[in-house]
Amino acid sequence: MPLALKRLGGRTVSNIDNAQNQKDIGEDKNVSRTSSLLGRSFTRIARYILVRFLTIGIAVVVGILLTIFIANWGGYLDEIKKATIAEQVGIGVREDASIRDLPADERLKVINELIAIQERRLGLDRPFLARTPGYLVSALTLNFGWAPTMTSPSGSREVRLIILERLPATLVLFGTAQMFLFFAALFFALFLSRRYGSILDKAIIALAPTSAAPAWFYGMFLILFFAVLIPVLPFGGMVEAPPPQTTWGYALSLIEHLILPVSAILFSAVFVSTYSWRTFFLIHSSEDYVEMAKAKGLPSSLIERKYVLRPTLPPIIMSFALTLITMWTGGILLEGVFVWPGLGTLFFEAIGRGETAVILGTTIIYAYLLGLTIFITDIIFALIDPRVKIGTGGNS
Amino acid sequence: MSDKFKLLLRYPSAAVGLLIISLLIIISIVTVITIPYSEAIRLWRGDSETWQEYPRTAWPAWINILPGINRPTTINLTSETDGVKDTRSVSEDITEVNITIPFNFQYDDFPSEMSIFFKSSYKEQKPHVELFWINPKGEEIHIGSLEGSGAHRMSVDDRLTRKLGGKPAHIGLFADPDNLELPIKGEYTIRMQGFLFGDQDTLDARMVVYGQVHGFAGTDHLRRDLMVGLLWGIPVALAFGFLAAVGAQLNTFLLAAIGVWYGKWLDGIFRWITQVNLILPILPLLIMIGMFFSRSIWVILGAVILLSIFGSYYFVLRAMFLQIKGAPYIDAAKAYGAGDARIIFRYLIPKIIPVLLPQFVSIIPAYVFLEATISVLGLGDLHLPTLGKIIHDAHSHAAIFNGQAYWMIQPSILLIVMGIAFAMLGYTLDRVFNPRLRQI
Repeated sequence: MPLALKRLGGRTVSNIDNAQNQKDIGEDKNVSRTSSLLGRSFTRIARYILVRFLTIGIAVVVGILLTIFIANWGGYLDEIKKATIAEQVGIGVREDASIRDLPADERLKVINELIAIQERRLGLDRPFLARTPGYLVSALTLNFGWAPTMTSPSGSREVRLIILERLPATLVLFGTAQMFLFFAALFFALFLSRRYGSILDKAIIALAPTSAAPAWFYGMFLILFFAVLIPVLPFGGMVEAPPPQTTWGYALSLIEHLILPVSAILFSAVFVSTYSWRTFFLIHSSEDYVEMAKAKGLPSSLIERKYVLRPTLPPIIMSFALTLITMWTGGILLEGVFVWPGLGTLFFEAIGRGETAVILGTTIIYAYLLGLTIFITDIIFALIDPRVKIGTGGNS
Repeated sequence: MSDKFKLLLRYPSAAVGLLIISLLIIISIVTVITIPYSEAIRLWRGDSETWQEYPRTAWPAWINILPGINRPTTINLTSETDGVKDTRSVSEDITEVNITIPFNFQYDDFPSEMSIFFKSSYKEQKPHVELFWINPKGEEIHIGSLEGSGAHRMSVDDRLTRKLGGKPAHIGLFADPDNLELPIKGEYTIRMQGFLFGDQDTLDARMVVYGQVHGFAGTDHLRRDLMVGLLWGIPVALAFGFLAAVGAQLNTFLLAAIGVWYGKWLDGIFRWITQVNLILPILPLLIMIGMFFSRSIWVILGAVILLSIFGSYYFVLRAMFLQIKGAPYIDAAKAYGAGDARIIFRYLIPKIIPVLLPQFVSIIPAYVFLEATISVLGLGDLHLPTLGKIIHDAHSHAAIFNGQAYWMIQPSILLIVMGIAFAMLGYTLDRVFNPRLRQI
């Protein structure tokens, strides 16, 4: 009680102060002062976000560079480039009547010459390091030419389209799963921290080790139980075949197909997240200021929201971001198991067919997704972590 | 330390975890001793000789314990021990050999395949064999006339299948004419009438009626006994998880200690590398390494360690080291003139080792499952049997849709038991070594 009184007193004093100032300086000045304060924290947040954007951008570029180095140890990038050149020259020759009508051996000679010219033009005869900037640019723009055997759903053989057309399916699946995971874990964690030591609490703690297994692992069992033994749900795919024509039918079918993969993801992550977030909450609810708030008789929902949830949010967001990072790439096999037509299944298929360009491109898309995840986490951090606003450092 | 251990055993989850882990370690040691590395690789390569008498994709034999299930096991009959063989000479250079092998069949389901392997020695001409089949009702069926050498796979003999009304031998020869869904139970006899064309020639035969169940673990599509793969999968998984955890954690640990101690730019560089590393898609990179360079489990292990050294755990360790760096006893060490290396290795690191232990134990399943994931994706070690490779085979043969769930379930259960055991121990260690968690 004394603390609250003091605070109240302090506020009153400053209010009087303000009132006097207002009298002296007038209302105009006061508005500009608040807005400049707002402006300053806005510039701080903007600067922070910009710095993070650049850092993450550089990190993504370095990551992609590393991918290129790994891929080109075996000369695989050169092979992709050469295949692309051969394809382009082939198309050009087919269009060009003067070459097409030549006898076979002469035509072959012309084609080989054209390929050699193109290879020299693109610098394939230069040492690898000199070629790296070019490769980096084509990797950043996913410009890997054409895939020898794979096609995109719309029928294109361009590697970029093959990959990008698969992206929405992955985003739908993981977006749904991540949203459910976040709110379910948050809800359970708060719920359990209120019922610390109850049977339910103990059960969740006991279940936390099951998160050692990845989502695909639970996916296989879910398919076995709910699609084979008791066939109530579809075992794979994104919508039924042929796809329903009406929007509602499509949405319904999509939801039906989402149930099992989303449950698999939830099962593999929700217990451990609940467990660790519950621990954050418990640690924070034994802080002195929470005890104080309780002593003041504040309603428990208010205490939870303003005194417990608020300070624990940054570490929770951080731990969630780390979960997401493992989830993105861990989802490759999950999608493969559920034949979900996203990036993971594409990767799975590309491995089976030895499609180097698609594998490389998908790896790079994953690097982008991870970078984006961290960047979004940083933005959320900037909004919820007061340290960013007042400028005493970020999340590191 | 010993009082911590006693405290640890007071938690049932830690006790159970430790028990399971020690059991797995004992199984691993016994396996590696009884089936040496080279033998395991030879067995798992699965040439036709090694496994030809094993059924394909057979359930484990324990399934017969379940009520209402009575599937046949493999029946292996040889003319030397199970049959009656009498020889008489027909003419100067022709000898007739009559072999009858009776056997008892008391199952509610059909065998999965039938084959006869002849073991004959001849000078000029291969022996000629007439094969007859007598079912429990006493009906005799002429199976065919064949050369008495090599293997005769009756189930894929088209002529026989046509004779049996379109049913392959292992079903047609057993089916009850009154109820084609069920086999006739009772004593069957296979009779072979062989003609040898040289006085030194011999003829022996072995008949295999392949069952639908086999052993403790069943078999896969290449007739391999899954027991070998499952048993060897345990030490491989344990070794991979343990070595990866040791390799990654120790290096992270050292780097965090060095980074914090020298501070400034070194720490900055390490932190930056960690942030870059966080964005690297580790699994796709490992897949690329597996595809482009080597699928050897050791290469993958090395890559896993390299890619996890600068994991997010670096930040956790860094925060701990920073706290210790400011401790008075470090100042004292500096004051008496201790060198950098001495402070790092004798003062900083020992302080944190207990905190490292829980994390070390709980990270092991992550690596075990990482290896499994790579194997299931089809990029497992080419030679070694691993649990992930078994799951990969099962998955690529759609085992759970073809009623062969055992194929997928058994390696999965081993993996999850291993994972949960380490995780349970890890969580409890965390409580024991982090007093702040112990209170709540």
